[in-house]
Amino acid sequence: MSVALLVLVGVLFAAGTYLLMERSLTRIALGVGVLGNGVNVLIVTVGSRPGRAPIIGGEGGFTDPLPQALVLTAIVIGFALLAFLLALAWRNWTITGNDEVEDDVEDRLIERRTERGSKATDRPHVEDVKP
Amino acid sequence: MTTLVSLPILVPLVAAAVMLIARNRRAQRVVSTTALVASLATSITVLVDSWTGGPVRVVRLGGWPGDFAITMVADRLSSVMVVVALAVVTAVLVYAMGQGSADERSWVYHPVYMVMAAGISQAFLAGDLFNLFVAFEILLMASYVLLTLEGTNAQIRSGTTYVVLNVIESMVLVVTVGLIFAATGTVNMAELPERLAALPDGVRTGLQLLLLLAFGIKAAVFPLFFWLPDSYPTAPSSVSAVFAGLLTKVGVYCLIRVQTLLFPGELDGLVVVVGALTMLIGVIGAVSHKDMKRILSFHIISQIGYMVFGLGVGGAAAIAATIFYLIHHIPVKTSLFLVEGIIERDSGSSSLDSVSGLARRSPWLAVLFLVPALSLAGLPPLSGFLAKFAILRAGFEDGQYVGVTVAIVVSLLTLVSMVKIWVGAFWGDVEPVDRAGTTGLLRRQPLMAAGTTFIVVASIAIAVAAGPFYEFAEKAARQVLDVASYVTAVKSS
Repeated sequence: MSVALLVLVGVLFAAGTYLLMERSLTRIALGVGVLGNGVNVLIVTVGSRPGRAPIIGGEGGFTDPLPQALVLTAIVIGFALLAFLLALAWRNWTITGNDEVEDDVEDRLIERRTERGSKATDRPHVEDVKP
Repeated sequence: MTTLVSLPILVPLVAAAVMLIARNRRAQRVVSTTALVASLATSITVLVDSWTGGPVRVVRLGGWPGDFAITMVADRLSSVMVVVALAVVTAVLVYAMGQGSADERSWVYHPVYMVMAAGISQAFLAGDLFNLFVAFEILLMASYVLLTLEGTNAQIRSGTTYVVLNVIESMVLVVTVGLIFAATGTVNMAELPERLAALPDGVRTGLQLLLLLAFGIKAAVFPLFFWLPDSYPTAPSSVSAVFAGLLTKVGVYCLIRVQTLLFPGELDGLVVVVGALTMLIGVIGAVSHKDMKRILSFHIISQIGYMVFGLGVGGAAAIAATIFYLIHHIPVKTSLFLVEGIIERDSGSSSLDSVSGLARRSPWLAVLFLVPALSLAGLPPLSGFLAKFAILRAGFEDGQYVGVTVAIVVSLLTLVSMVKIWVGAFWGDVEPVDRAGTTGLLRRQPLMAAGTTFIVVASIAIAVAAGPFYEFAEKAARQVLDVASYVTAVKSS
């Protein structure tokens, strides 16, 4: 197992996670791509002996073909996901003119309510009702 | 018999491929209905076989020996889940065709819907973890498209949250699968119990927590539920009905497999606490909202809590109760969303402020709402009462008094929020604007009414035939808990 590859996995995970926390959808899409590559490198690195031919049933010099089959599938899935995310970002851009992830509607409502609540004068009113 | 197992996955996929070429709407409707009915029929055959004591059916796709092949496993739990899922998916398709909403008119809708059906079946039948991941991706990808098909601003906003959250969930899942492969050298669920047990404790707990995290996001348990009430309400009713009924339950199903097959009985205390908190948070959200779709979305979360609680209690009785709960909950939840869709179509809004007097205008619709609503709250003699009673009894026998108390309180609060919908939407005066076309709400939408009625009748049937159903749940639970015979059945096939 190569230490350099494991460090690469760590770097890809860190970069991908950082990008996922951005608000711009394009960066999130990039993050998904980077993270996905990190996952693929991880599976190939830890699952088998990299650099050998994946042939089943051989003695000694061959590597397990299963992780390579898994990664191949994961690459295809990641490609489709990335395409969908970019389409979503494009649609968001045509509607709103940017590709930022918007605030949650409920969050904004609650924020407005707390602002109103802190300014409101009905606090003493509530106390009046108490016997 | 064995070849039939893979048909609920293959038939919808082939239908989807056909419909990508045949874009005529009428042809698509015929093809997708036929495909779903056909796969439902095959899955019922498999269920009958497993009910009458047939062994665990195993299919090895690709013909490779050992754990190299893609394994499909149909035991009692997975075959009953496939049947319930396909029945619900078929009924909702009929409903969607009656609704004729903007998205159903798009030529993409039917193929994507079929792909989702295939993904759901595959998730229940998957016999190895990587295949399970692929199934998740198939159904998630289809759900992304269905959720954002209209491309409106609201859909894009909530769709983004949903997509990003689920992408993170998929990443966690595939990393976990990779790590499990690295630690044990296999992803086959029959090989895993033995090899996982040989791992050091720390590694095992770490892997289990990662799996619980991935499936917990999917099942929307506390504290990973927040994406659900944001994203489900913006979808068209037929789509959110399927999502509400089925997608989170796929997560619960996987949690059951993790807690019984891969890591039997480990971290049960954590699962119990998570279950109790999920119930409580969900119902508090439901009580505090005014929009029908949001109330119902929060109910999904609190109901998931019951199942997770039952799973955490563990033991044959509790697992049987959880399985019964799972089976009862899918039709009940779906039908509530479908009724909400009929209301929304009629009045153009799902807010309780703008709808009233429905009971006078359409008594039959009121019945269609009341039966699943009371069932969800757990009133006898409906199926929800039996499911809740079974969970509570198992919890009580296990000494989980706090959890049981929470469950009782939550079921009262569920009733409160259902009464809120009832009073707001069904009682009260008929709005003057609606007077013109007052009655015949259902007669104008025969297909929507048919789909909804079918599911409601199915949920009543579960209550009427509760004896056999519960007996089946117990059989399924015993089979799920009997890891040794699962392993031998899969390995020897």
